[in-house]
Amino acid sequence: MAERGVLLEGLRAYRMIAGMWVRSSMTYRTSFVVTVFGNLTVTGLDFVAILLMFSQVDSLGGWSLPEVAFLYGLSATAFGIADLVLGSMDVLGARMRDGSFDTLLVRPAPVLAQVGADRFALRRLGRITQGAVVLGWALVSVDVDWSAAKVLLVPVMVVSGAAIFSAVFVAGAAFQIYAQDAAEVQNAFTYGGTTLLQYPPSVFGKDLVRGVTFMLPLAFVNWVPAAYVLERPYPIGLPGWAAFASPLVAVACCALAGLAWRTGLRSYRSTGS
Amino acid sequence: MGSARLYAAVAAGGFRRYATYRAATLAGVFTNTVFGVILVYTYLALWDEKPHLGGYDQAQAVTYVWLGQCLYATLAIQGGGAEKDLMERIRTGEIAVDLYRPADLQLWWLAGDVGRALFQMLGRGVIPFLFGAVFFPMALPTEVAAWAAFVVTLLLATIVSFAIRYLAALSVFWLMDGMGVNQVLVVTGIFFSGMVLPLNAFPGVFGEIVRVLPWAAQIQMPADVLMGETDPLRAFAFQAAWAVALLTAGRLVQSAATRRVVVQGG
Repeated sequence: MAERGVLLEGLRAYRMIAGMWVRSSMTYRTSFVVTVFGNLTVTGLDFVAILLMFSQVDSLGGWSLPEVAFLYGLSATAFGIADLVLGSMDVLGARMRDGSFDTLLVRPAPVLAQVGADRFALRRLGRITQGAVVLGWALVSVDVDWSAAKVLLVPVMVVSGAAIFSAVFVAGAAFQIYAQDAAEVQNAFTYGGTTLLQYPPSVFGKDLVRGVTFMLPLAFVNWVPAAYVLERPYPIGLPGWAAFASPLVAVACCALAGLAWRTGLRSYRSTGS
Repeated sequence: MGSARLYAAVAAGGFRRYATYRAATLAGVFTNTVFGVILVYTYLALWDEKPHLGGYDQAQAVTYVWLGQCLYATLAIQGGGAEKDLMERIRTGEIAVDLYRPADLQLWWLAGDVGRALFQMLGRGVIPFLFGAVFFPMALPTEVAAWAAFVVTLLLATIVSFAIRYLAALSVFWLMDGMGVNQVLVVTGIFFSGMVLPLNAFPGVFGEIVRVLPWAAQIQMPADVLMGETDPLRAFAFQAAWAVALLTAGRLVQSAATRRVVVQGG
């Protein structure tokens, strides 16, 4: 019961803070439109890189352009959602250093909700839009025998993927409480993770694929379930049911990240400045 | 003589300022290494499909990736160097104070940015590059002359990179806000410097165009000189021509902009 209360309270606080930032960014409407467009262009560069590569070759690691676009669209959309919801977590380090994190601790709202909604940036819709457009194109151009299970798996992948990336953001924030000025380490796992998933697993070394399957289970964002949809061999010979494990993996990741966040918060000592 | 000492001191200040953030530097080393590994694998897959793409063999493609990771922060490929502070000073009007100083505005900011670049290279660039050399096959020269020529291209690349960002920062005199310009810097820097793919692997006429733009002076030229793919003198001439052209443009825009400041009364 108490747990549920905290969750509702957190969502309420998140909605209020995020709403405040949205109103503030909407004050200058033209500026907002321009930044959304800029965000769309910047995030689109990754896909332009893939298009450039395919202007020279017909396949990459044995995968065709629509198949790679499918991986890209899933990864970019899932990451975009996590980035919209929790992307401001990387200002946490700065807040620790200037001492303003302490202000969040004394407010009567869950700290995670406050940090997540901090500087909530609606311009990040640009990344989601861009990812969704590529995903849409991939869905119509990829050569797949669609079944009910495959169709259903696509939205499940996006939602579980967003949850897995969100867990990475929260775990990264927990790590920042220890490391303070190390937001870039988090970037290696968040931005690095989504870049990795935009390419077929066959491109990467076995150990690297093993690492992002068992240690940091990013492979469940798209590689494993997409292998089922595209009828490709599963990375590192996983069993058939693994394609449907993404929601479970996402729940486990979120639970672990929540635990890490609580532990981090309990160990927090103010800078005193 | 005295002014040389002044700019050396400004450069040393730029170096020390970035050297203060040790945790951030370590985090940057880690991130550049992770991205290097991801990129190396994608490049190897690409070169597997099409050997000798852009005239590079696989070891050269790998070398190119790690050089890109080494120069990413050094040359502030996607912005975030001296121009960031300059934009802020123009926006707040503090630039008026800088104009009163008995020093050349452009040289002052160039010196600071060179100091920053040197620190980012030593603190953040060298380790990912060495990591790449240890764990992946790379095409590195053994003669001292090639390395010496490489150092010269790096210096020229630093100046071209600064000249582009200085021009971008001066636009704030008219725009009053650097957000849009910064986004343009990100896109052009990453794309035209060859962070996404070596410029010599860009196809057709498009490839020919990007290879003569000033951004080509930043990663492509140093890489080609290091790997003996181009005549060093030709590379120096290309970089120096862009450096002179862009710095001159910077001076002209600067004098137009400062006249504007005087008219406004600061």
